[in-house]
Amino acid sequence: MKTDPKGVLTGEHYLDGDHACAEGALAAGCRFFAGYPITPSTEVAERFCSRIPLVGGIFIQMEDELGSMAAVVGASWSGKKSMTVTSGPGFSLMMENIGLAAMMETPCVVVNVQRGGPSTGLPTMVGQADMMQARWGSHGDYEIIALSPASPQESFDYTIFAFNFAEKYRVPVMVMMDECVGHMTEKVVIPPAGKIDVAYRTMTTLSPDKYLPYVPEKNLVPDMMPVGEGYNIHSTGLTHDERGYPVMSPDAQDKIVNRLVDKINKNADDIIMIEEEDTEDADIIVMAYGITSRVTMPAIFEARKKGLKVGFIKLITVWPFPEKRIKQLAKTAKAFVMPEINLGQVVLELERIVAGKTKVYHVPHAGGWVHDPADIYKAIEEAANGNKK
Amino acid sequence: MLDYNKYLRQQKFPLIWCAGCGDGIVLKSMLRAIDKIGLSKDEICMVSGIGCSSRLTGYVDFNTLHTTHGRAIAFATGVKMAKPEMHVIVVTGDGDATAIGGNHYIHAARRNIDISVILFNNNIYGMTGGQVSPTTPIGSRASTAPFGNPENSFNISGLAEAAGASFVARGTVHDALILDKYIEKAIRKKGFSVVEVMTPCPTAYGRRNRIGDGVAMIKDLKEHSVSVRKASKMSEEELNDKVVTGILVDRERPEYTDNYNKLIERVKGSNS
Repeated sequence: MKTDPKGVLTGEHYLDGDHACAEGALAAGCRFFAGYPITPSTEVAERFCSRIPLVGGIFIQMEDELGSMAAVVGASWSGKKSMTVTSGPGFSLMMENIGLAAMMETPCVVVNVQRGGPSTGLPTMVGQADMMQARWGSHGDYEIIALSPASPQESFDYTIFAFNFAEKYRVPVMVMMDECVGHMTEKVVIPPAGKIDVAYRTMTTLSPDKYLPYVPEKNLVPDMMPVGEGYNIHSTGLTHDERGYPVMSPDAQDKIVNRLVDKINKNADDIIMIEEEDTEDADIIVMAYGITSRVTMPAIFEARKKGLKVGFIKLITVWPFPEKRIKQLAKTAKAFVMPEINLGQVVLELERIVAGKTKVYHVPHAGGWVHDPADIYKAIEEAANGNKK
Repeated sequence: MLDYNKYLRQQKFPLIWCAGCGDGIVLKSMLRAIDKIGLSKDEICMVSGIGCSSRLTGYVDFNTLHTTHGRAIAFATGVKMAKPEMHVIVVTGDGDATAIGGNHYIHAARRNIDISVILFNNNIYGMTGGQVSPTTPIGSRASTAPFGNPENSFNISGLAEAAGASFVARGTVHDALILDKYIEKAIRKKGFSVVEVMTPCPTAYGRRNRIGDGVAMIKDLKEHSVSVRKASKMSEEELNDKVVTGILVDRERPEYTDNYNKLIERVKGSNS
């Protein structure tokens, strides 16, 4: 499906990551935005609200992030592609209704321009320490999809991917940006509308008397029907049956929670996107995402100059994690090196999958600034020498 | 007489509400009001939060969304903005709307968004077993106020008025037919409207405060109710333990979805 040309600002632009994200959302067909100001994400809201009236959509500044996320879920149930944008403290407040979106299977996009935490932390400085919160921040078992852009161009592109995943899998999708990318200005090329592929939730073709809102299709995702279309649907955050009605039983719980998890994990091959460079015969594989994937490059070049065989994996989607591919590479690589701007989050998943078959060297950073490439280089060298860490 | 069944999801019965609960009286009053206005079932989106009253959305055959604790009004704001042609009705309680959801309640009133809130005020958290709520009267007992509630309580309707709602009325389940009229007016009103309904919770409030069963509590409500007109002639002291009923606010103020659409037209116009 091609996108509605009304929202597409085709051409070459000089934009920061926040503004590019707003343009990506408009190009993806997002027509509802509810948010609350928070550094360093506010520019997304500012850009969106100045553009959306011309496109005929809605922007509302809510009273807090609890309300923002609730309004986004409500608007999605009214048939609009919907999003919110925030940073750490606001992300924490949104968790309750992110869980509601997961349980009701509501397509929506949540952008987190990450800053240093915990708590108020470093409002104007970079962090990547909300990665586990993105995955499991709301209570209970569920799976989401998360992407991490490393440039304003990717901020534009990945925001479109995020909407497509959200609509296809009826799930909250996180765009895990960071302050560096959000405030970095670079060239962004916005293609013509006819070249932008977008998805919209699959609507049921059954008549109202035959339609049950939570009967999954082959891909484990149920067809949707928003409110006001003659179907009088009921949806709830309670454990529910295929009619959407509350059922308080372990059987109903088992069925629904497993499907919420399976619809992402069993479709992982369709979802996962990574970039690989020289991984096939690499001794050392560096893995990174977001801004850190760029900061890593000088270290890799330096190591290659010294004759080390270094491969590189950049995670476009961080969640679900590329488990299958990592298992293959763990057989041939001597070590993985993973820098991230936290004290060890996504690396835990890497370690779990590698399961001791090869070594994993983490390069932590508490946040506030990006890594010094020299620290990453040092880790590559240690990995090459087989030093225990 | 109205055939209530055409609005009910009978496969969802029996209801979870206790014997003597007033919520069923409010449910029927709502259905009578909706039927009188003549709205089709599909024009209505009913949104609720968490609590006894919020379970109502499961029983009625409209577009119904049962959301998180306190967030029904914020959720409904998204629904209304995205589909302004729908009649959006929020079903909520005193704890849901004025404790955990208090911020959304006052800001929706401030925006004056065209949503009708039917607020079931039973002065207690019923579903969780009788904890003190923002409307539990001072001195009353609750499971979390075993020695009597030391806190002052909220005037929910007054809060909506001060925050800017277009229409505010307070009724009781004792006067169910008058309640129909308040609900009807609230739904018809363009703007944020609130009908605060005093309804008994014999299980979690009546027993603990020795008021008695559902019938005794409804009688008690009747004895403590005074009309707005009467109340205007009473002293603050005389009104201390009274429930003032009637239409408290009915005024015209700019409505949010209208304002927003005008903004779109204006911006589009200046760019063409």
